[in-house]
Amino acid sequence: MLLLSAFAFILILFLVTFIYLKGGEFKEMFKVDPDDLTFNEQENKTQGWLFAAFGIAFFLFIVFLMLKWGGSILPEAASVHGEEYDSLMLITGIIIVTVFIITHVLLFLFVYKYAFNKNRKPAFFTHNLKLEILWTALPSMVLVLLISVGLYNWNSIMKPLGDKDDKVLIELYAKQFDWTARYAGADGKLGRASVHLINGGNFLGIDTTDVVAFDDKIVKNEFHIPVNKPVQFVFRAQDVMHSAFMPHFRAQMNCVPGLKTQFNFTPKYTTQEMRRITKNPDFDYMLLCNKICGTAHFAMKMKIVVESEEDFNTWLASNQSFKQ
Amino acid sequence: MDLTHSSHTHKESFITKYIFSTDHKMIAKQFMITGFTMGFIGIIMSVLFRLQLGWPGEKFLINELLLGSWANGGVIAPDKYLALVTMHGTIMVFFMLTAGLSGTFSNLLIPLQIGARDMASGFMNMLSYWIFFVSCIVMLVSLGVEGGAASAGWTIYPPLSALPEAIPGSGLGMTLWLISMALFITSSLIGSLNYIVTIINLRTKGMTFSRLPLTIWSFLVTAILGVLSFPVLLSAVLLLVFDRSFGTSFYLSDIFIGGQALERFGGSPILFEHLFWFLGHPEVYIVLLPSLGITSEIVSTMSRKPIFGYKFMVGSILAIGGLSFIVWGHHMFVTGMNPFLGAVFTITTLLIAIPSAIKVFNYLTTLWRGNIIFSPAMLFSIGLISTFITGGLTGLILGDATLDINVHDTYFVVGHFHIVMGLSAVFGTFAGVYHWFPKMFGKMMNNTWGQVHFWITIVTAYGVFFPMHFLGLAGVPRRYYTNSSFPMFDDFINLNEIISIFAILAFLGQLIFLFNFLYSIYKGKKASQNPWNSNTLEWTTPVEHIHGNWPNDIPEVHRWPYDYNKPGYEEFIPQNVPLKKGETDSGAH
Repeated sequence: MLLLSAFAFILILFLVTFIYLKGGEFKEMFKVDPDDLTFNEQENKTQGWLFAAFGIAFFLFIVFLMLKWGGSILPEAASVHGEEYDSLMLITGIIIVTVFIITHVLLFLFVYKYAFNKNRKPAFFTHNLKLEILWTALPSMVLVLLISVGLYNWNSIMKPLGDKDDKVLIELYAKQFDWTARYAGADGKLGRASVHLINGGNFLGIDTTDVVAFDDKIVKNEFHIPVNKPVQFVFRAQDVMHSAFMPHFRAQMNCVPGLKTQFNFTPKYTTQEMRRITKNPDFDYMLLCNKICGTAHFAMKMKIVVESEEDFNTWLASNQSFKQ
Repeated sequence: MDLTHSSHTHKESFITKYIFSTDHKMIAKQFMITGFTMGFIGIIMSVLFRLQLGWPGEKFLINELLLGSWANGGVIAPDKYLALVTMHGTIMVFFMLTAGLSGTFSNLLIPLQIGARDMASGFMNMLSYWIFFVSCIVMLVSLGVEGGAASAGWTIYPPLSALPEAIPGSGLGMTLWLISMALFITSSLIGSLNYIVTIINLRTKGMTFSRLPLTIWSFLVTAILGVLSFPVLLSAVLLLVFDRSFGTSFYLSDIFIGGQALERFGGSPILFEHLFWFLGHPEVYIVLLPSLGITSEIVSTMSRKPIFGYKFMVGSILAIGGLSFIVWGHHMFVTGMNPFLGAVFTITTLLIAIPSAIKVFNYLTTLWRGNIIFSPAMLFSIGLISTFITGGLTGLILGDATLDINVHDTYFVVGHFHIVMGLSAVFGTFAGVYHWFPKMFGKMMNNTWGQVHFWITIVTAYGVFFPMHFLGLAGVPRRYYTNSSFPMFDDFINLNEIISIFAILAFLGQLIFLFNFLYSIYKGKKASQNPWNSNTLEWTTPVEHIHGNWPNDIPEVHRWPYDYNKPGYEEFIPQNVPLKKGETDSGAH
């Protein structure tokens, strides 16, 4: 890596010497008359034209991206709160695109139209309180709307499920570089656990004296959740920070050593239904790690299967309990 | 303070003139050359990891050539890929865009534009540069140590950055990173204090705050942000040093790594995030504000028209500066921080859109009915307005806690901040270099090549960063060595290639700048005293640099700096020209 820095230094050094020795030969290439501010008006106009052309090309590029890759972004949300998320994203997106278009059209239009012309006398327009209040007030009003809707959604999404609520309780356990899921089992409670109790096969550090832990179920590689039933996730990390990212459900929460974090959502579509919606027979929900966690960060994943409650119960029953 | 003695000419040795200089104009050049060299290294790194992202697993001779053992067989190793992105971020944010930008233009322009003979303390100024220089060397040396450079991302979140067992780069590489950063912060603090003191105390007669050019306003607010926030990063860094080397548990608790549970209890990585982002967010504006100041100046001068809404422009700089201290939590919406805090930070964050919108509309109104001269500096300034809008708008998504849930740490973020802060700051830097090159070197840069440089840069820069929003909306996480583990991202293989091709072209475009820059220093055409017909005081100094800036008395200021095409008067009226009979100062409204 030192080589890289050395390379940069040498390249610069080389250029300096080269220019110093051979400078005369480049003189022809570098002819300008900087003192002359009235310069070449036509050349200046060309720059205005280029901006107009760039503006059009920029919009075309965006349209091209949308046509080519717009369909590859995430499909509609597969969770109940995701509907609110998607509609807020839509509102924000519309506002952003509108403002983007208006301001950029004005920018490129002004730049094109007001390119230097020796017959034009520029306006001496130093301030205008009404205008400035207008464009202080307008964004403020839009923001009040965005903030209110945003906060309403944020509070409802982040509200943890109550103890009494009918739910599936799952602990997602992150370590370099894989995930483990632990289901609360029949009692609906997760047994105590701590990394200080990790010992051989007990790789989650579950307290073997805690009776609540006996019916917990530990699964790897893939985990299942039932459709239309709230799922409460609790996150734990063993070594460094990770982030449990389930993009199709609009769900993400960091996993922090020394801290239990949580997130809950209600899945809306089963894996089969989502395969139909996306027209992709190989579609699978995924849990990704989304916080830099080390060398194999990019490969830290777990498959999520959403299925009917009956199928889910059958699947869960087929898994062994922690202590039977 | 009597500084007139420094205007006496006296013979200087090579060492006092070029190396241990206390002259702000020389120190500005030193910051520029060092900062740009670092930036150059940073951009080469980005090209190398873009090769990996565009063509994962493909062998490239250049990797082996430049990276040596980091890329045995021509393919970058996964942990070294992380080292590359970490060092790219660190170098670009701190060394290029903080020191390279503020260090260069604050140093060059503050004394010249406020009418001072030099900085309040020339010695501290020199110290600031040399500490910065040492920190650069330490950072570069860290690239060559065992285990590789720091690899925990430029935000160096513990425990990843605290434990060498977690990633090889968290060994000696991280230690050197922390030492370098401590030095860097020291340098930045000394520099910023100097800037603040100079602006407050050494303004020439008549240079009231309401007559300060917007450049100076932005440098002042930037320096204040630095003084108030960098010490917090220093404390975060020192606590991390303690955790790493002395067994404390400020950030560590309940960790099982390397086959054993560590005896660390009670700490929290979230604490580090709070401390880091308490600097980290103002840092965004430390990077951005000088560029906004520079462009305000250039847009007005090159439109031959006063800046529109000077007072609102100042007000929005102050508002952005103030708000930047109470928004850091928007980097932490999904860390498990109390959701109530998430709500608070959403409100404060989105409020920043108001002063930002004011700035954009005022820029547009300044251009409206102007007479625009497209010098390369003006081209980059217009480019900045565009990137500031494009990048700023996506901030509405990321600043909203709800929407952040699904785009947090994805390529959406990478696209957003590279456009709004990376490109805007880089465009501002280029604009500043093209505009003040005659002041720095007494030569002109080549216009045509400057234009070519601009067009290549803006096209390729948008080509690199705009498509990233689509990757982000598809859920592609940042800092992934390759996306091949997830078939759901296969649609983007071609797009990643396109981005990488643009990145390579962008890099090649910068060689044009490098060449033009170096060529013009030696062989550029001699500059006249005021090549852009500008009103600010730096253009009243002689082309040849002298100690003390003005050979005679410091000019007195009689008006604001934006009297361009004032009806009934000359085309432009420099600040030191007294008001005519019956004339009022247009800035005093």
